[in-house]
This record gives sequence, structure tokens and C-alpha cells, in this order.
Amino acid sequence: MANEPIVDFEAIKNDLTNVPKPIQVLNESAEVTDQEVFDSFSDDDLVEFMKKMVWERALHEQTMNFSRQGRMGFYAPTEGEEASEMGTVLAMKKQDYLLPAYRDVPQLIQHGATVTEAYLWSRGHVIGNKFKARSLMPQIIIGAAYNEAAGVAMGIKKNKEEDAIAFTYTGDGGTSQGDSYEGMNFAGAFQVPALFIVQNNGFAISTPRKKQTAAPTLAQKAVAAGIPSVQVDGMDILACYAVAKAARDYITAGNGPVMIETLTYRYGAHSSAGDDPKRYRTKEDTQPWFDKDPLIRLRKVLEDKGLWSDEQEDKMVEEYKASFKDSIKEADKVAPDKVSDMLKRTFEIPTPEMRKEIEKFVEKESK
Amino acid sequence: MAKKTYIQAITDALDIVLEDDPKTLIFGEDVGKNGGVFRTTQGLQEKYGEDRVFDTPLAESGILGLATGLGLTGWRPIPEIQFMGFSFEAVDQIVGQEARMRFRFDGTKTSPVTIRTPYGGGTHTAEMHADNLESYFTGTPGLRVVMPSNPYDAKGLLISSVENNDPVLFMENLKLYRSMKDDIPDGKYTVPLDKANVVREGSDITIVAYGAEVNESIKVADKLAEDNISVEVIDLRTVSPIDSETIFKSIEKTHKVVIVQEAQKMAGVGAQVASAISEGAVLSLDAPVGRVAAPNSVYPFAQSEDYWIPGADEIEEKVKEILNY
Ligand SMILES: Cc1ncc(C[n+]2csc(CCOP(=O)(O)OP(=O)(O)O)c2C)c(N)n1
Repeated sequence: MANEPIVDFEAIKNDLTNVPKPIQVLNESAEVTDQEVFDSFSDDDLVEFMKKMVWERALHEQTMNFSRQGRMGFYAPTEGEEASEMGTVLAMKKQDYLLPAYRDVPQLIQHGATVTEAYLWSRGHVIGNKFKARSLMPQIIIGAAYNEAAGVAMGIKKNKEEDAIAFTYTGDGGTSQGDSYEGMNFAGAFQVPALFIVQNNGFAISTPRKKQTAAPTLAQKAVAAGIPSVQVDGMDILACYAVAKAARDYITAGNGPVMIETLTYRYGAHSSAGDDPKRYRTKEDTQPWFDKDPLIRLRKVLEDKGLWSDEQEDKMVEEYKASFKDSIKEADKVAPDKVSDMLKRTFEIPTPEMRKEIEKFVEKESK
Repeated sequence: MAKKTYIQAITDALDIVLEDDPKTLIFGEDVGKNGGVFRTTQGLQEKYGEDRVFDTPLAESGILGLATGLGLTGWRPIPEIQFMGFSFEAVDQIVGQEARMRFRFDGTKTSPVTIRTPYGGGTHTAEMHADNLESYFTGTPGLRVVMPSNPYDAKGLLISSVENNDPVLFMENLKLYRSMKDDIPDGKYTVPLDKANVVREGSDITIVAYGAEVNESIKVADKLAEDNISVEVIDLRTVSPIDSETIFKSIEKTHKVVIVQEAQKMAGVGAQVASAISEGAVLSLDAPVGRVAAPNSVYPFAQSEDYWIPGADEIEEKVKEILNY
């Protein structure tokens, strides 16, 4: 028997860690690290990016407030993920299809749902699912959206919509689901126009990214499906936008799917249902991420250019919050869902049994 | 009109829906060039091209997710699950996603998927290839489950299923695939969903059955007719929802009922039928509800299947017991 092993597995394993640095345009000290990409943005673009992040953070703060007042249903906080969420979604066009996860409500609103509808979704009212945007409702089953995105993308391709793609999101935990691989593999095998985005915020509820997988990056999970993938600084909205836009251009040129991993962080709890992040992470874990805050970073650039001021931002936040208050008042006016309506919408043609149940509930509900 | 097997009838139906509606798509494992492992999709790729009839990667959740997404973007997918035992891989897509679409979107978006899959036993397949898993799915609001018992119904029900705008799980009996032939009209005809069929009229006792057990029940009815016992046989055809009205009407006439299923007694739809009868027709009964089902073991290995699956003898015995109650 030979002493030298036939394969050097350790070398192969080490090679997996040989990955490019995440793509970045603006670093945490607000220094431009990619001048060419930075220069491709006009001052108006930069202001627009900032506005979107301020809007998302204001939405988060106001929604948390409503939540504390007991006026929300399920809500997954987004604070910290503004660059990842807004950067990628701004690369979308109206004709694109969105397959969001539960934390991607801001993108859904950006894509055409109203804040009132988002609040009704949170509260568990069917009207919250009836938005006009080309989108599914936020997906609760982790992984399912990736599978469905392959189908939606195939539908888009078959419909010969050349300037449209399917955007879908999951988290770091979501990449452990078999469905996320199945979805990417199908999209790769059929070369359909899908963009798979992993928002790696470090935790799946309390389980850290390291416990999800031994893979050095989540982006490389797409390699097995034959899909090009990249890691991007998820706290840098310019990088997130530029990469998503480049991916969309590449996909619409007929090159098949792409996967993007954004490196981001969720500042607060997993959901407003009361999990306590102090149980699974320390202040020391979190502080460095606060320092990378996407709003601080871009605000500094804008202030240096004389395009932004605290007063301006405060006023903006006030206006946004006032509009969210109007939205929740709208939501308050909506009467609860009726059982007779639920029965009517279960099938296009109600079954005989259901017809009887509908009659029964219509009578009950008329009293 | 031509004599056709259950498989040929299904191929016929698929050919018609592909021809009729350019939005229909057939896909799954090996359904293309190979025509499916049972040849149910034979010749369809050749005729309609790889855009309409195509092979997928080997992943059931992926196949059903693809169907959901295609359905949402205006297509009418007819995915195939190669054997029903493999449907567990796709339960979320079927039950958690497809069956809920109309409800979730309040009818503003739907995904009209017809999932075809072979089920049942008696053909000595490898483990996990034969099983009667209908009850896992009949408990799903928003999903119709259709189980034809003969080639004529298979064709007409499949066309109805595909044309229906809600998801349908269309279960094809493995043993019936090649064991029986019917006169099948050429061209298009439909058999209604949600409607049971009185396949034999009778006045002494009712048998409610579905799938392959309908044919076993007809054998019993024919045999007992020689002894002047008049058996009414009802074929459920759609097993979710069940057509209680047809069952009640029959029981009001015969006053006795035996429910027959191929699945284990704790599985299948017999319990649902019995419960409907106890709610809606119990005062018409002169005897307890009789039940014939497979024993509550795990589905047996190939060699023992034939003893395990209930056949005409067991049905006859139960019918006589209930008649003599
Ligand atoms: C299939 C499935 N399993 C478990 C859950 C419960 N659950 C909800 S969120 C979550 C963690 C998800 O983490 P990740 O994918 O990283 O996304 P994040 O919430 O961090 O954005 C879990 C386990 C679920 N919704 N779906």
C-alpha cells in the first residue's frame, strides 16, 4: 500500500475557502472602494438610495411601535437589512415577479403593494394578499419560494417576456433547506430567468450561520447547480444595487439564473413575537455591525456632498411615519374576513357540502 | 370508438388537452423521450415538442414547485409524480402551496395544476412503489382527489381535471393500467368531477367503492345476482370531496351499505364515507355500516400483496354478513 494518499482531501477542503472578497463600493468608513461604480451614480441616485433606506427604517420603527401597541400581527424586523433589501429591490422592474420571504415586506411594498395591504397581511387578513404587484405573498415556508421561483421564471420565459425575471429571497438558514437547492438546480437546468438572493443576516432565529453549513460561503452553494454566484457587502446599498442590476442585466440577456449572497445583519429580534436575541448573541457580536450601518455610511457621503442634512432627514421621517399612521387607520376600517367568503374562495366551484356550509354561515353572519 | 386500456385512455386525454389548450404542459421524471415509466406520455413529446412535454431533474418538490410557479404565470401544468410513494417529497408544494393558492389570493391568482400519479398495489413492485396514500391528501381543503376505476372514466375525468381551475390530484391505479379495456369514444368527452357514479343499480344493499375495488365490487354484484340478491354499486370517482347525496339516495332505497377500499382500514376514505352516512342517512339504515379494507399493517412487500389487498371474496363475505344482520 502506498503511503501517499491518492487524493489530498485537506487541500481540496482548504481550496473551498479560497473565495473572492465580497463586492463593495463604499466601505464602513464611507470611503469609496470602487470609484468606477461609484461614479456611475448621479447625485440624485445617491439621494434616492438614502431616501429608500430612511423610509425602510422609519417603516420598521413605526411598525415596531404599532406592534408594541398590539396593533400588528406577525412582523419580522428589518432594521440593519435596509441596504440588502432596498439595494436589491431597486434593481427590479415592475414587470419582474417577486417571491419574497416574510422579512421582505419592504420589498413587496416597493414593488407595488400598499402599506395598508402590508399591515393587513401582518394582521392576517386576506386583503393583505390581494395586492396588484406581480408577487407572491411573503412566504412562510422556508425554501418553498426558491422552488416556485424556478417555475415563475420558466413561465416568464415561456411567455416570451424578455425584459422580466423572477426575484426571490431567503435567509442563511433557508440555504439549508433542500428546496433551495432544488429551486436553483431546476433554474440552472432549464436556464430560466431567476435571481436567487440569500440575505445572510448571521442567524436563523437563534442558530448562527456557522451551524447551518460547513460551506465557507453560502454563495458557493449555487456552484453545484451550475449557477454563477457572488457575495456582496450587504450593508452597502451601492454594492447591493450594482450587483443586483448587473445580475438582472446578465439574466435578461438570456444567460440563465444568478445567486447573490448579501452579508448583512438583523439588529433586533427575529420576530416581534418576543424572542430575545440576548439569549444567543452578545453586545460584542452586534456592535461591529452597528458600526457598519448602511444609513450612517451613505449619510456621510451625502453630507460631504452637501446633499443631506439632519433636519431634512428628521422631516422626512416624520412625514413617512405620518403616512404609516394613515395606512394603519385604513387597515383598521377593514371588516374581518367572513367564514362564508372563506368557503367561497376555497374552490372556484364550491363542492355540494360547501354550498350547504356557505348557506349556513351567510345566515349566521347576517344576524 | 375503440377498445383501450386505462393507460391508452389517459394518453388519449393528455393528447386532447395538449391539442386543445396551448397553455397545458406535461413534465416530470422521464416523461419525455421515454414516455413515462409506464408509457402514459408515450409519443406526446414527439407530437408537441420539448417545450410542452419535458423531463425535469429528479426532485419531486422541485417538480411541484415548478408547477406552482408555472400555474401562477398563466400556464396549465400537468406534472407527473413517477410513483405516489414519492409524493411525500412534495407534500408542502401540494398541500401547503398549490391547494391554498386560490384561498390565499382570494381568487385573484390561482395555480391550476393537475398532478398525475400512479398508486395502488398488486403489481409486485419494489418497496415504496405501491401504496394507497389518498387519505394523506383527501384531508386537504382546496385540493380535489380523483381516482378513476376504469378507462372510460380515466379519460373523461382527466380532461375535466385539467380543465378545472383548481388543483387536482389525479391518482391512477397501477393494477388497472393494463388489466382492463373499455370502449373509448374517440375525441373529447368529459366525466364530471365531484360526482359519484351508480355503476350497478340494485335494491338490497349498496356497495360504495373507488379505484380498483369498484371492479371487485361489480364482480360480487354479478355473482350475487345469480342468487337473486340485488346489489347497487357506487363508484365515488372523486374521493375528495365525496358525493354524499348519491350515497344517501342509494341507502334510502337499499337500507344497507358496505364501504370498500384498497387502503388500510385506518387510511383511505372509507371512514369519511361512514361518517357522512352516520350524519346524513343513519335513520335509513337497517344494519351497521359494513367496511372492507386492507389490514392496518405497513404496505406489504411484493410477495404478500395478493393476500393483503381485499378482493371479491372478502367483499362478498361482508355483503352477506350485512344482508343477514
Ligand atoms: C420550513 C420551515 N421550517 C421552519 C420554520 C420556522 N422558522 C421561521 S424563520 C426561521 C429561521 C429562518 O432563518 P433564515 O433563513 O436565516 O432567515 P431570517 O429569518 O434570518 O431572515 C425558522 C426556523 C419555517 N417558517 N419554515
